[in-house]
Amino acid sequence: MTDQIAGGGLLHRRTFLKAAAGTGIASSIILPAKAKEDWLTQTGEATGEYGSQSSHAGLKREQIGGHPYGPEAGSSSSPLQDLNGTLTPNSLHFERHHSGIPDIDPRRHKLTIYGDVHKTLTFRYEDLLAYPMETHVYFLECSGNSFRNTLAKPLDQTAGSLNGLVSGAEWTGVPLHYLLDEAGVKKGAAWVIAEGADAAGLTRSLPLKLALDRVLVALYQNGEPIRPAQGYPVRLFVPGCEGNISVKWLQSLKVQSEAAYTRDETSKYTDLLKDGTSEMFSLKMEVKSLITSPSGKMKLNRQGIYEISGLAWSGNGSIRKVEVSADGGRSWADAVLQSESRSLALTRFRIPWKWNGQRLILQSRAIDEKGNVQPTREVALERYSSAGFYHYNGIQSWEISAQGEVKNVFA
Amino acid sequence: MSLPDLNSNCQFRNKSCALLLIFCAVTCPAFAAGDDDQSTLGQHLVQKLGQVDNGYTGSIVSPDGSGLPDGTGSVKEGKALYNIQCIACHGVDGHRKGNELVGGIGTLASPSPKKTVGSFWPYATTLYDYIARAMPYNQEKSLSSNEVYSVTAYVLYLNGILEGEASVNRGSLPRIAMPNRNGFVELTEFAE
Repeated sequence: MTDQIAGGGLLHRRTFLKAAAGTGIASSIILPAKAKEDWLTQTGEATGEYGSQSSHAGLKREQIGGHPYGPEAGSSSSPLQDLNGTLTPNSLHFERHHSGIPDIDPRRHKLTIYGDVHKTLTFRYEDLLAYPMETHVYFLECSGNSFRNTLAKPLDQTAGSLNGLVSGAEWTGVPLHYLLDEAGVKKGAAWVIAEGADAAGLTRSLPLKLALDRVLVALYQNGEPIRPAQGYPVRLFVPGCEGNISVKWLQSLKVQSEAAYTRDETSKYTDLLKDGTSEMFSLKMEVKSLITSPSGKMKLNRQGIYEISGLAWSGNGSIRKVEVSADGGRSWADAVLQSESRSLALTRFRIPWKWNGQRLILQSRAIDEKGNVQPTREVALERYSSAGFYHYNGIQSWEISAQGEVKNVFA
Repeated sequence: MSLPDLNSNCQFRNKSCALLLIFCAVTCPAFAAGDDDQSTLGQHLVQKLGQVDNGYTGSIVSPDGSGLPDGTGSVKEGKALYNIQCIACHGVDGHRKGNELVGGIGTLASPSPKKTVGSFWPYATTLYDYIARAMPYNQEKSLSSNEVYSVTAYVLYLNGILEGEASVNRGSLPRIAMPNRNGFVELTEFAE
């Protein structure tokens, strides 16, 4: 085919448009239509107070892993394979809690700034709502996202189950520097210690320079007050950094000259290297991407033209380019960045592809605005100890079998 | 913690009124015309609504010992407490698989590294901070300062870091040298 731009059937965008006009992309399941469908002849439901998904859509998060303490200290992943675009619905945003989801009454919740400040200040929720706010679209990724691909054998799971501890949302809140300025940070201060009001009292140290830069005291997610699982009534939001430092249920910020070296930045969320030392305060999430369609556990029911689609993001800024391979990494073609590539946000990429029924491997590789290239799995694993599982950003490989089954593989 | 009375806080009500005046300036041309309030629109005006609260002490414990309360706890008392409060999740002597508190010293550079309090944690103060805020699971923040010091001492004893007759307090805990104290490299991309 003249429009093929890389091996394995990757096509130029214009091919897809021509083909789509002719043959269409059929749904895999088509039931026979009734002469008069019920929805054509019967009055539907009345309006509702708070919306819900179609009963036919069946979207749900998956619980990820177990925890020795119990399910409250666990996580659930976004079903990336069922979503499109770049925003994750609030009901499907990934979750990770260390001692369950607290039910906080905002009238009894306060945020206190103390330590090396001229005035210890307490803000009520209603006070925070009166400050100037900013709105930004950002990704949020758990530093343990994709850890299953660091294991010895590939698990036959969905894109969301493997990689869904990342989500994208529009966050609105008060720039933290307004509140720090009001308290008056003393000379010599270099860190801000953020503490949550959950039973775990999760606590992380944030460099003051970062705290004054782009950090939000977030109050709204995708337009509505942040939900309990995301930190209601107020959370810290640290764009581009590992999710754990965006402390939920934020109740205090202590300013001091040194970090606090809390359990969640020493015992956990540090990265053990092969030589036995560990990297600490490895906050930034690196460049990463994955194909969400087709992806694990899906089945291609016909040969012909498909649109490959996926997500890319980087803690270094925006995504410059995403390359896709349909021959296990031998040749690569540039995907179209379908949404404008926003800094520190999920970017959707797409590329047409013709499947001729052969076994092959699909991969994507993101390159960010700083020129960082997403590494292969082998290179990504080389960086850390075999016991390490945070900050894994290796290329995701999907094998398409001759029968059209899509499966997670290490390639 | 007391419940703030939303209706009787004069400071907030006054500021609500100030906001209301600005709102009127936007919506009522007659009010805005020739009024100084108009010139403030669009500028970066920030209400200062934080209330001074100098009595707040917080609960963050750092390696220099700041945040540690008065009190003391012994290995002996810690063992008794551990066997009631901690053993279900962490096992006898801290050995429950998957949730170990002890062992692994010297394994970090091996093909099978084992990260525990003894082999991995760089600061003993972090034990106090974490036990006080997050343990026991499902009864968080239920232990007294003396009890937290005691359990801290016992976990350090299980790792061979304290003797069986030892006690810890706010003066001694920051001085305890943890085996992996120098095992970390701090990344500074966001700090500098």
